[in-house]
Amino acid sequence: MKRGAMLLPMMLSVAVVTSALAVIRTKHENRALVNELEKLRGEQTRLDMEWAQLQLEEATLSHNARVDRIAREQLGMTEPRDYVIIGDRP
Amino acid sequence: MSGARPNPVAEPVAQWRRWLVLGLLSLGAATVVGRAFQLQVLERDFLRQEGNKRHIRTMLIPAHRGAITDRRGEPLALSAPVESLWAVPSALLDSPQHVTALAKLLNKNPRAFEKFLTQRKDRKFVYISDPLPPADAQRALSLKAPGVFSEPAYARYYPAGEVAGQIVGFTGRDGDGLEGIEKAQETLLSGKAGSRRVIRDRQGRVVDDTLESVAAASGKDVQLTIDLRIQYLAYRELKAAVAENKAKGGLIVVADSTTGEILAVASQPGFNPNNPPERRSSGTRNRAIVDSFEPGSTVKPLLVAQALELGVYQPTSMIDTTPGTYKVGALTVRDVHPQGVVDLAKMLAKSSNVGAAKVGLTIGAESVWSGYQRFGLGEPVYSGFPGESNPLLRHYSEWGQIATATASYGYGLSVNALHLVRAYAALANDGLMPHLRLVQNEQATPPQRAVSAQTARNVRKMLEGVVSPDGTGIRAAIPGYRVSAKTGTVRKVSETGGYHGDKHQSVFIGMVPAEHPRLVGLVMIDEPGAGAYYGGLVAGPVFSRVMQGAARQLQIPPDDMPPPPPRTMAQPGTASPVQLAQHGTLPPPSPEQAR
Repeated sequence: MKRGAMLLPMMLSVAVVTSALAVIRTKHENRALVNELEKLRGEQTRLDMEWAQLQLEEATLSHNARVDRIAREQLGMTEPRDYVIIGDRP
Repeated sequence: MSGARPNPVAEPVAQWRRWLVLGLLSLGAATVVGRAFQLQVLERDFLRQEGNKRHIRTMLIPAHRGAITDRRGEPLALSAPVESLWAVPSALLDSPQHVTALAKLLNKNPRAFEKFLTQRKDRKFVYISDPLPPADAQRALSLKAPGVFSEPAYARYYPAGEVAGQIVGFTGRDGDGLEGIEKAQETLLSGKAGSRRVIRDRQGRVVDDTLESVAAASGKDVQLTIDLRIQYLAYRELKAAVAENKAKGGLIVVADSTTGEILAVASQPGFNPNNPPERRSSGTRNRAIVDSFEPGSTVKPLLVAQALELGVYQPTSMIDTTPGTYKVGALTVRDVHPQGVVDLAKMLAKSSNVGAAKVGLTIGAESVWSGYQRFGLGEPVYSGFPGESNPLLRHYSEWGQIATATASYGYGLSVNALHLVRAYAALANDGLMPHLRLVQNEQATPPQRAVSAQTARNVRKMLEGVVSPDGTGIRAAIPGYRVSAKTGTVRKVSETGGYHGDKHQSVFIGMVPAEHPRLVGLVMIDEPGAGAYYGGLVAGPVFSRVMQGAARQLQIPPDDMPPPPPRTMAQPGTASPVQLAQHGTLPPPSPEQAR
């Protein structure tokens, strides 16, 4: 047999094995990435939830009725309605 | 030639070798066919079941419902995730200690909870809690009670509560808008759920994404023209006034007269949309938009504007209202306080019915009608709010003498509060009537001209007399601002026909500041029951307080600062001498004064 005759099949079989390994590797990477994507989606949902909760909390704390009550009762404030004469001597 | 080499003689191959090869091949073929038969026919069910466990699934991506915010971005309605707990009663009842623990966690009486479950023993699905915050639901699930599961969902929260309840409305259990803006803007808010095809393993994890997906379209946020600060102020003052006057209800509207943006709409009785049982009460009615009423004296300025516009009357024209009564056919028009001979300004300030009837009859039914028509009293407001009431303004050809006279002082036609606000916005905006709207960024229709700028200014000037010591609305004065306004005290129609002697609607409508108005406000108190019922006395003070607060928050400069009396000091925060000097009412402070 010619020496060169075996070279092509050998190279082809090596290429087949290499590409098979590459397929396995890509598949694995794909799974890993899908997994990560899933995790990040979960994280996004969780953060969305938290954001909604925080907005609600902020709105509850800054509700006008609450601010109004605290300003009047605890801090003794009033609305500037009119001139108030605070003394007859400057 | 190479013929020298002898041809090798082909030795005959033994027959058995051929049969062996053929036999092996057919055995192989038989094995393949047999295996196929086994898989396709014998184990088909089992394999299909196995396959289903890691099937390609279509997962739903839920769409988030958009938020509703006020003009400054404060949330009025928000979706937040919640979890509802549900149970299979028979499974849960098998472990009594879990029933007790769960009842405690859900703030329920253990006995009652057990009874609740026993009654529903045959069912496979029973909600055992209201929608809970996710953290609470997780705590309940961590008990690991058998047959208890949670179902995620979105719940709608209304941070502003009853203050904006009637505008925002609410959604039903499955998240579709049922009332108010939630209903009107449903298509924008709701969004569209997406989907994606994935391969999942038997634990439900996504193993592979087939990339075939339809992205979820989240609902858009809707921004209203409401300013929550003014809305709160308006709601608070209205509620206090309704309680103080022992009234049946009331409403208030504040709008920006130049842009037509509604800054506050509130009505009483109210309701809290966060509290589902209240959602069936009459408080859900946004009476400012949904209910109509007879405008009464508040249309007189519109009549005067039309009379001036036609040139039949001049601002200086005098009208004889003696002796305080005026017979038109079978009708006798009466003034509460006879005024004698008055000019148009005084007629408005004293709200003379006789004067208005005379003006109306002089210009004629058609002119009265077309005047009202120009101020939009015959056209819907198109505010974009569901259930907006239509105005009732009959055609002038159906009016007789009596109808013309009564229409001149605001009876025999009905409008909602927004109609009056829009008409007064036209007076405030130098004759240009804006399109009133509730939703920001909506396609704005250009304003329509109702009357000429000069007429609008003249009427505004006359209306300043209402809020003067001589007028009916002095209680509505706002320190530092000149106010153009009109009072109205409307007798209500009784169920038997005719008018009630003692049931009134007290109306007050006005604009601030009188010279270049920025705000139009309307206050109506329905059936005040604590004695006073005149518009100026009941609704006027509410107008004053709300508009003063609104002007302060919108930083509208005062146009009428009297020089402070000497030897007094203004409290910090009201107005500094420098501001006063800018308005030309006070010389720059001398060193002595400044001290």
